[in-house]
Amino acid sequence: MPVTIINGERNWRRYTPTRDIIGFAAWLALVAFFVFCWQIMTKDTMWVFVYDAPTQGADILSRAFPPRWSYINQLWKPLWDTLNMATLGTLLGTAIAVPIAFLAARNTTPSHVVARPVALFIIVASRSINSLIWALLLVSILGPGMLAGIIAIALRSIGFIGKLLYEAIEEIDEKQVEAVSATGATSLQIIDYAIVPQVLPSFISSMVFRWDINIRESAILGLVGAGGLGLNLQSSLNVLAWPQVTTIFIVILATVIISEWVSARVRQAII
Amino acid sequence: MTAASYPGRWKRPPLFIRSRATRLLVYGGLAIYLLLALSTVEVNWLRAYEGLERGWRFAQGFLLPDFTSRWRDIATGIQESLTMTVCSTVVGILISIPIGIGAARNLAPMPVYLVCRAIIAVSRAFQEIVIAILLVAMFGFGPFAGFLTLSFATIGFIAKLLAEDIEEIDETQAEAIRATGASWLQLVNYAVQPQVMPRLIGLSLYRLDINFRESAVIGIVGAGGVGATLNTAIDRYEYDSAGAILLIIIGIVMVAEYVSGIIRKRIQ
Repeated sequence: MPVTIINGERNWRRYTPTRDIIGFAAWLALVAFFVFCWQIMTKDTMWVFVYDAPTQGADILSRAFPPRWSYINQLWKPLWDTLNMATLGTLLGTAIAVPIAFLAARNTTPSHVVARPVALFIIVASRSINSLIWALLLVSILGPGMLAGIIAIALRSIGFIGKLLYEAIEEIDEKQVEAVSATGATSLQIIDYAIVPQVLPSFISSMVFRWDINIRESAILGLVGAGGLGLNLQSSLNVLAWPQVTTIFIVILATVIISEWVSARVRQAII
Repeated sequence: MTAASYPGRWKRPPLFIRSRATRLLVYGGLAIYLLLALSTVEVNWLRAYEGLERGWRFAQGFLLPDFTSRWRDIATGIQESLTMTVCSTVVGILISIPIGIGAARNLAPMPVYLVCRAIIAVSRAFQEIVIAILLVAMFGFGPFAGFLTLSFATIGFIAKLLAEDIEEIDETQAEAIRATGASWLQLVNYAVQPQVMPRLIGLSLYRLDINFRESAVIGIVGAGGVGATLNTAIDRYEYDSAGAILLIIIGIVMVAEYVSGIIRKRIQ
């Protein structure tokens, strides 16, 4: 108990003295590490630009407003493309993620030595790399267009959906599996009748959740040439047409808010 | 119980929508939308076919990555990414703690609550890359703009989750501290902080991980980090160097996830 007796009075402290010293040392180490990183990070920083930033910011703001509303008529087609890229990418990603999740789940994997580590690696690899980087690669491989965007979205979605699905599979109630297998069901029938009904709600909800995230991502994939609103953003930025950039930002913001609302409603309805 | 009332055939019940008409309508609508969506995808198959060779080269580059020939660039990029990640996570969390406390309904008065919630909403609304474009235009190229971007994005993430966590604390402990005549600061320090600390540390580690991944992306628009190196490598069609960078990113993320998993387990 961290109670010390000072001048015959019992004094309560929150931590023992040793704990205090350890805590202090840990904080000191963290601060020192932060300062060290800060030094490395800013060694090439041009501070003139940083001091100049408020003026630059004010300048950009004054150019960006008012937004050019007439430009919105050119945005409906890219917006439609953006939504489609997100949907098709989510579906493609899900189609790949489902078998991988079954390979990765401890209770359904056919082999703990080969299949499970490989599936887990695919999930981690897909999760580590942002869809924009996948898009960058795929545009250089497949050429610009929606296809690169769809595949980029799909590749990033595999990890997200795969991870949530395999965790859901590992948490199922084993009694139902036992009951179905007691009827003489084959292993595919066990998956179909005992596992799928248990994981389906969480699976659909993670899919809808990912769809919502994918809409945000597909809105900017065009920056590297993968179609959708990002293409307009890139071309507006290239000619420094800030009023158009503002209009695009407003469209993206509205889309994101609506899709977040839709996905929240759907997920509420399912669970 | 007569035999007639006992159903002889079993039909699997529908998984989601009970009513047959709505089910058909919803599924039909989804199918039509999918067809429409598919019809908008224009694929230049010739171009894609030509790309197959490059795709194969990339697959090879991923399997046989080239760490050496661009090592200096890769090392600089990774160093920038890592320092950006650490600095932005620390600064972002330092700023998001007061905002998070302000956005918790049980600790903050209404005006403060609304202001803090507005800050969170603004920070969460836009993607890192969009903020990076604006900040690069303001602060010039380099990791400093990236640091600001990631700090800004961290605020929305940590402050929101922290506020939700504070709102869910065990009120009896706060009541007990209040009964001793504690001031507001003492209340936060002795009743709230011990309850939310484990989760705050977990969230911080998670955000560290996210910030590293994002730091690899915002370099594409000039905000420093390994993303710039990666962009150059892909532009030069040096897929083996690109593969090496991607593998390093994956490796660092795996290590970070493993370490943060251990730390989180020890805290909870």
